[in-house]
Parts: sequence; C-alpha cells; structure tokens
Amino acid sequence: MTYIPKPGFRHPGAAVNAIGYARRDYEGAVSTLCAGCGHDSISAAIVQACFELDLPPHRVAKLSGIGCSSKTPAYFLGQSHGFNGVHGRMPSMLTGANLANRDLIYLGVSGDGDSASIGLGQFAHCMRRCVNMVYIVENNGVYGLTKGQFSATADEGAVKKDGAVNPESPIDLVALALQLGATFVARSFSGDREQLVPLVKAAITHRGAAFIDCISPCVAFNNHAGSTKSFDYVREHNEAVNRLDVIVGRGEITAAYAPGEVEEIVQHDGSILRLRKLAAEYDPRDRVAAMTYLEERKAAGEIVTGVLYVAPDARDLHDHLETVETPLNQLGDEELCPGADALAAFNAGLR
Amino acid sequence: MRPTDIRSPEYFHKVVDCQWACPAHTPVPEYIRLIAARQYTDAYMINWKSNVFPGILGRTCDRPCEPACRRVRVEKEPVAICRLKRVAADHKEDVRGLLPRVPAEKNGKRIALVGAGPASLTVARDLLPLGYACVIFDADPKAGGMMRSQIPKFRLPEEVIDEEVGYILEMGVEARFGHHVDSMRALLREPYDAIFVGSGAPRGRDLDLPGRQAAAANVHVGIDWLANVSFGHVHRIGERVVVLGGGNTAMDCCRSARRLGGQDVRVVVRSGFEEMKASPWEREEAVREGIPILNYLVPLEFTVERGRLTGVLFEKVRAVYDANGRRELVPTGEPRIHMPCDDVLIAVGQETAFPWIERDLGMEFDRWDRPVLDPVTMQSTLPRVFFGGDAAFGPKNIIWAVAHGHEAAISIHRLCRGEDVHDRLPPTVNLVSQKMGIHEWSYDSEISPDERYRVPLAPQAVALKNIAVESELGFDERLAFLEAQRCLNCDVQTVFTGSRCIECDACVDICPMDCITFTANGEEEDLRARLRAPARNLTQSLYASDALKSGRIMVKDEDVCLHCGLCAERCPTGAWDMQKFLLDMAQATDVPKHACAHR
Ligand SMILES: Cc1cc2nc3c(=O)[nH]c(=O)nc-3n(C[C@H](O)[C@H](O)[C@H](O)COP(=O)(O)OP(=O)(O)OC[C@H]3O[C@@H](n4cnc5c(N)ncnc54)[C@H](O)[C@@H]3O)c2cc1C
Ligand SMILES: Cc1ncc(C[n+]2csc(CCOP(=O)(O)OP(=O)(O)O)c2C)c(N)n1
Ligand code: SF4
Ligand code: SF4
Ligand code: SF4
Ligand SMILES: [Mg+2]
Repeated sequence: MTYIPKPGFRHPGAAVNAIGYARRDYEGAVSTLCAGCGHDSISAAIVQACFELDLPPHRVAKLSGIGCSSKTPAYFLGQSHGFNGVHGRMPSMLTGANLANRDLIYLGVSGDGDSASIGLGQFAHCMRRCVNMVYIVENNGVYGLTKGQFSATADEGAVKKDGAVNPESPIDLVALALQLGATFVARSFSGDREQLVPLVKAAITHRGAAFIDCISPCVAFNNHAGSTKSFDYVREHNEAVNRLDVIVGRGEITAAYAPGEVEEIVQHDGSILRLRKLAAEYDPRDRVAAMTYLEERKAAGEIVTGVLYVAPDARDLHDHLETVETPLNQLGDEELCPGADALAAFNAGLR
Repeated sequence: MRPTDIRSPEYFHKVVDCQWACPAHTPVPEYIRLIAARQYTDAYMINWKSNVFPGILGRTCDRPCEPACRRVRVEKEPVAICRLKRVAADHKEDVRGLLPRVPAEKNGKRIALVGAGPASLTVARDLLPLGYACVIFDADPKAGGMMRSQIPKFRLPEEVIDEEVGYILEMGVEARFGHHVDSMRALLREPYDAIFVGSGAPRGRDLDLPGRQAAAANVHVGIDWLANVSFGHVHRIGERVVVLGGGNTAMDCCRSARRLGGQDVRVVVRSGFEEMKASPWEREEAVREGIPILNYLVPLEFTVERGRLTGVLFEKVRAVYDANGRRELVPTGEPRIHMPCDDVLIAVGQETAFPWIERDLGMEFDRWDRPVLDPVTMQSTLPRVFFGGDAAFGPKNIIWAVAHGHEAAISIHRLCRGEDVHDRLPPTVNLVSQKMGIHEWSYDSEISPDERYRVPLAPQAVALKNIAVESELGFDERLAFLEAQRCLNCDVQTVFTGSRCIECDACVDICPMDCITFTANGEEEDLRARLRAPARNLTQSLYASDALKSGRIMVKDEDVCLHCGLCAERCPTGAWDMQKFLLDMAQATDVPKHACAHR
C-alpha cells in the first residue's frame, strides 16, 4: 500500500460520461493490497465498466466475503452501497438484499477460497436459483490473505512457492456454474483489461446469474515458475474463444464485419453483445457444447477465456418466485402487513 | 516509436519545465526543496552559481520559468519560483566563505569589459577565479547597470544591489567607473586579450509630436527620468502625470511618479490591455496603487500655453484585423480627448546604440545597426570582441544578460587558451534513485493542493510615501514552506526498466493523471491519440519503452505527471523508480575537455 493519499488533481482532458462523472469518480479508497496484485486490476476494470455504462454509483451494491479479493470493494465505487460479510457467505447475503430491493445492481465479489472452499454450497445455490447479479471470483489459486495456502481451484501438479506440489484435483468454477444453471458465464484474466472490461459490462447488463471467473495472479504467493496462475503462465496458455468488442444500445447501427466473423446476441433489455469469433465452431448459446469444448481444451492444457455461455432471455429468482415488482422499501405498512384477515384468507387458500 | 533515449541530457531536462525555460538553466526544484528544508544558504548558492544575482532576481526577474511551470497545466497558477528565490537570499547566512577563491597568481590575461551591468559582471565572476585580470568600464559612478539606474528602489533596494554586485567587485575587479568608453579603436589598441561589450540598450525612444520642443521642460524620456530618480537628481514630479507606453518601463515610471508627488497618475496605451507588453504582475501592482490604465488612445500633440505643458491630446482608435490576422489601429472618429497634466513620461521603448564603435574596424553590423554575432559563442566578427546582455540582441532582461555572460566567459576562456570557441562542454548530468524504503522517498512526494500564496506587501500608506520603501515584504518562513510544497519536484524523474516489468497494470491504475499506457507500438502521432488520456500537448514528450514480454510497449505522457511516485510505489518489481536528475550547465572552467561529461 501507499502512505500518501492519491492526489486530487486529474488529467485536465479527462472524459466525462453521460451523467457527468469522470472515471476517477468511480474509484474507491487507495488499495491496501500488495503492489501489483491482480485483484487491483480487476477493481480498475470494474471502475472502467461502470464509468462506460454511465451507472449512477448509488444504484450499485457491492457485497463480499473474506479474503484479499473480498477486500477489494473498498477500493472501487466509493460512492456505492457496500457490505463485507463473513467468509463464504456473500451469496446468501446478496440473495437476501436482492429479494428486498430488486432495483439495485448487485456486484458479488469473491475469491477462490471464499467461493470454492468454505462458500461452495452458497455459490452453488445462488447460481442454481439464478439470482440477478454479477458474481466475480478473483481466482488466484491460493488463500492470499492467509499467506498462500493452495485453494480448491489450484491445479493438480501446481507448485507452491515453498516447492510443495498440489496432489488434489481442482474445482473448475466455470464448469460448475454451467452445470448449475448460471445464465451468463465467462472467464478472463486480470492482465487482459481489453477483454475484461467488456465482459464486466456485459455481465452487468445481463439479467440473471452472471458469473465471471477471473484469473488474478497473487504476486506475493503465486506468481512464480511452477504456478499455473502466474502472469507468465496465463499469458502463455490463454486461448480466447471470442472477443466481446462492443455492447451497443437498442437499434444502433452495426459496424462493418465480414459475415460469419461476428455473432450478435440480443439481451432482454435490447442491448446487443457483439462477439468477434476466434474459435470458429464455438457457439456461446449452446450450453452442452460449451461444457464439452471446455473439458477438451482443458485436457489440452489451454485456459479458455471469453464469453463462454449466454442465455439471453433468462428468468431470474424474482421471476421464479413471482415476487412483487416494487422494492420492499417502497411499499407501505399496509402492503407489507395486510393484517390478520388477509393472513386468514391466505391460509384458507392453502387448505 | 523508437524507445526513448533517457541517456541524452536533453530528455529529462525538458521534463523539468522551469529549468528548461530558465535562460541560465537554474536547477529550480532542487533549490525549492532546500528552502522547504530551511537550508537557505545552500538554496542561495545553487542560485548564485547559475544566475549570479539571486537576491536581485528574486525581486525582479522576468521569470520565464513561471509560465512554463507544470503546475499551470494541472491547476491555475505556477509555483512562485521567483519569490522563493528571494526567500533564499533573505534568510541565508553569510556566504562569503562559500564563494570561489580568486588565485593570487594571475594567468596573465587581461579582459576589458564595457559596461558594469549584469552581463559584464557575470563574465567577470566566471573569469576572475580562473586568474584573469578584469577591467570594467562604466560611465555611471557605480556598478550594476540598469539594475541600479532603472529599476526603482521600491522594487529593488540599493543594499541588495550593493551586496550582490559587491561579491563580484570584491573578487578583484579593476573598476573604471565614471569612465565613458568613447572609442573601440582606442580600446582595441590597448593590451587586452579579449573585450566584452555589455553596454546595454541605453537609448530611450522619444515621441516627436507637435509641442515636444516647447514642452521639453515637462516631457521626459522615461529611462532618463528613472535614472535621474535613481541617482537622486530628481525628487519630485507634478501632481498630474501622463505616462505614455504599455511596457514594464511605463509601469516603473507611473509607480515612481506616484511616490514622488503624483496624485493623478495615469498610463495611456495605444494598444488594448491584453496586448500590453508589461508583465501581468507589474500591471496588477500599478492598478492596485490606484493608477488607471487607459487603452486605445494614440497621442497626437503636447499642448502648450505660454511656453508651458498643459496636457496631451489623444485620438481614440480601435483594433481592426486584416485577413492575415495583422492588427491595425483605426481612428474611431470620436472627438479627440485632451488630458490636462503637469508632466509627461515617455516610455515607448529603448534601443541599443554604439556611437563609440567605429564602423571601419572590421566588425560587421546588420541592417538594424546591431553587431553580427554567433548566438552560441557571443563572438562578433572581430574574434577578440564578444557581446552580451541588451547590447547583443536588443533589450531583454537580467536573466538573459546573465546567460549571455556565462556563454561569453566560456568563449573568452577558450580563446585565451588557443582553443576553438565552438567546441563546448555538454552539461553534467546526475541521475540517482530517491528510494529510501518501501514507501519512503528522499523527497516529499505528497502533492499539495494549495493555491499560490500571495507575497505580503507593505501597507500602501507607507509604501507610497517613500520611493525607497520596498513594496513587497517577501514570504516569511511559514509561507515560504507552504509555497515550496506546491513544487511538483519535476526533477525527480520516473525511470522505467522494461526488463523488470510484469505488465500487471498497477502503475496504470494508481496514476492519478492517466500518464501511463501499455499498448501496441505505433507512430508517435497515432500513439498520442490512443493513450489512456490523449496526449494533446505536443510540446511535451512521450516516454516510450522497448517491446515488453507481451509485445506491447509502455508509453508515458510526460505532460501532466505530478512526480508523486505512486507508480513506483505500486510497482511490485521496481520497474519504475524515482530518480533525481541534476543538470549543471557547463561554465568557464579549467577542467580539461570532456572530463566532466559523464552522464
Ligand atoms: C525601467 C526598466 C526596468 C527594468 N526592470 C527589469 C526587471 O524588473 N527585471 C529584469 O530582468 N530586467 C529589467 N529591465 C531590463 C534590465 O535592466 C536589462 O535587460 C539589463 O540590465 C541588461 O543588462 P546588461 O548587462 O546588458 O546592461 P545594462 O544593465 O544596461 O548595463 C549597461 C551599462 O553599460 C554602461 N555603458 C553603456 N555604454 C557605455 C560606454 N560606452 N562606456 C561606459 N559605459 C557604458 C551603462 O552606463 C550601463 O551601466 C528593466 C529595464 C528598464 C529600462
Ligand atoms: C470462517 C472463517 N474461516 C477461515 C477464515 C480464514 N481465512 C481468511 S481469508 C481465507 C481464504 C481467502 O481465500 P480467497 O477467497 O481465495 O481470497 P484471496 O485472499 O486469495 O483473494 C481464509 C481461509 C476466516 N476468515 N473465516
Ligand atoms: S497476498 Fe496475494 S492476493 Fe493478497 S493482496 Fe497480496 S498479491 Fe494480492
Ligand atoms: S509520478 Fe507516476 S503515478 Fe505520479 S503522476 Fe507521474 S506517472 Fe503518474
Ligand atoms: S506496476 Fe511495474 S510491473 Fe506492473 S505494469 Fe507497471 S511497471 Fe510493469
Ligand atoms: Mg484466492
């Protein structure tokens, strides 16, 4: 971390977005993570995405568990709502918040330890229920905060800084998310800002459970030779299936692309994800094919990144439960507590 | 873009905007840090070495460094560089023991210097420690040139001139004051190894309008009048004074008049307020002292009654621009304006004059009757004769006179040693890491958000009563510290080592000014458009690295970097480091050729 405050001066030519904010208005406190931590890069990508989407900061809620990754919501969106909960419990807290106020944009930030170890059950149910949220796992293959023990996503055969080799097989959170019913699934790398920013924007605009597994090197404990989550290793093995070049609003004119080169996916709100294909046969709307493809490429030693799956017309938890449209904090006492007669009538309906 | 060659002394020198802009290349941030550390004597000596007259310049410099100050590009006003220089002079201890020693045994070379202004004095200061005999001639009774004869005492007290001119005279100058040099031919016949002409631009322009002769007793050429005030020949002026002209001389005339009995003093200028040549701060002071500045008025006539000046007649004009943007002043047709007054001061410019240099000596003069000179060596077409200061290229200012003096001294020294005057040493450069610990730097990297501090002034009631009362009081230690903290330490350079970089983006994200980008290489023009913040200031360099592991390059736009060191603090590998760049201009010296050119 740094001891001097980040100066208030800004580039005199800094752009402002449609609601009058500059990118730096979406920053948070200065990070206390290790210098060079991949997690800081992800924070910066979130800042950039929210700036580009013209999001009013007070419409965003950030929730997290425990870990270096889970600390990061302090370092971005300083003007948004935030809740730092117990280890592995971000999904249930976020689900509750979302049920109470469906109007906010929910950003769940977690780590591989937080989500794949102690919070695996929470992760699974939140995906399965299709809570409308962005779920980002900042995946470094270790418990960074507790000094670098292997986490459940560490690859078999990966070497720890002290030389120990991981004998266990890893949990692939992308495979799990696909299998459990997440409706937007992507993988990226903290060191590839150009890929990550559009993915975060797409995940935010997506309605449903949008999961991003973001490989994020831990410079303190997992960035050495023998690590499979280091800058060098990920750069060498990264194979993107597609490039999400732009997200455009409803009815915008499309840029010129050769036919077959580009795929456009229209989401529920009319926004369009424009994907430039890199793997010709890859279809991000085919969940089963995606799962097979991922397994094949993993066996070949590749780290597949990009938009891996989208269900553009997904139904979320509120749709499933047929909840009231209005956030609870906007309902009056009478609507929230309709009284004994209403209860009696309801019970009678179940007899 | 090709990788930037940071080994070239020019590259980082340009980043230190103030030092680059200073004609004498004073290491500004270095002395400002010393002031913040209350090491006033050290701060003074750094100045003294570069610009010879820190106390004088700290009150009067034209300060080309300030408009160049990086601070202007990130907020409203520059660091008060000039007035901090005065702080070093005001608060220093006795520096006599720190001045260079003059050898008792001389080198046998004699130099004649015509004029005892800042240019000649600088030449003498540089040459005396090398064993030269320096003979200075001046028509005035004391040394200092226009610093003494023109600049009014309320801006520059006599003691400050005496002290700083004294340091040089005490080195053993052979003074011939009260001695006007009448003939260059005669001087050339005397046994001098070289002659330096620092005679200034002593001729004030007059206005040959109807009534000028008849009103002569009350119409004065500004610089002659100021000299008479300075030397105590004039103590009073009429109650109503009209000053003609819009430059700094006009400002000194009107403010002096205000102190010598002028009640209704006004400045009348042909052009508009914005185009006036006077420095903004000089204009500001005049206005503050209750002197109106009237624009777009062209003088037509001095009106005279019974042999005495009664006023000035003006025609109102407006500016009209032709297709090429050239301005013309066209009468508006409004009735003429008569301004009654008791005295007029004409401050419409000054020029060089060399009536004492015969034109058949083989010394070439150009069509403006100025000597033909080599702008680097200051040598005339007579190899033994050098020029500097206002005499060289027309009226400029003190700091330029000093810069010319340094260059001429180098030339004279080389000439006297039988060396080629064009063969000159490069500046010495020193680049040292400032890292003290993980988050510790040897400089104060925190950025002060404070706006520029104003220099406290003497109460007007006191200042306007006596022309010898200095109008500015100078910063006290507390204000000096706060103002010094505004300096961005532009000499503490961001130095990048590509082989260490893991491309983690930490520096990109922490940088408050969006200076740093990792991107595919391209031509500079193309790169400038696609950086994290577009690099539109073409006067500022891009710092480009070689290709990194990913094939991309690092590009840093130097334009608005705060030198806060956050990039280096965030870098996990030390690929960024903050290194202090100290550039010392070569001066006349006995060190053999190239010996001190280590970079
Ligand atoms: C009113 C006024 C205010 C100014 N204010 C400022 C200011 O605030 N800051 C600033 O930086 N600059 C200022 N200047 C400009 C500055 O004074 C000059 O640029 C500077 O002094 C030039 O230095 P110099 O060494 O070339 O010659 P000068 O200072 O002009 O000195 C030349 C000397 O040579 C002598 N001399 C000339 N011919 C002969 C001869 N034939 N024989 C013997 N002696 C001779 C003269 O008597 C004079 O003393 C001001 C100028 C004027 C007129
Ligand atoms: C209930 C509970 N169990 C254990 C811990 C100790 N602990 C703190 S952080 C952490 C692991 C965090 O790993 P991860 O989510 O990958 O975050 P990282 O620091 O790697 O970003 C553990 C086990 C805890 N804080 N609470
Ligand atoms: S320990 Fe690792 S994960 Fe935690 S801040 Fe440091 S680099 Fe980042
Ligand atoms: S010193 Fe580094 S972090 Fe600070 S403004 Fe300059 S480039 Fe940016
Ligand atoms: S912080 Fe250092 S290692 Fe990271 S990108 Fe910047 S220079 Fe490279
Ligand atoms: Mg982890």
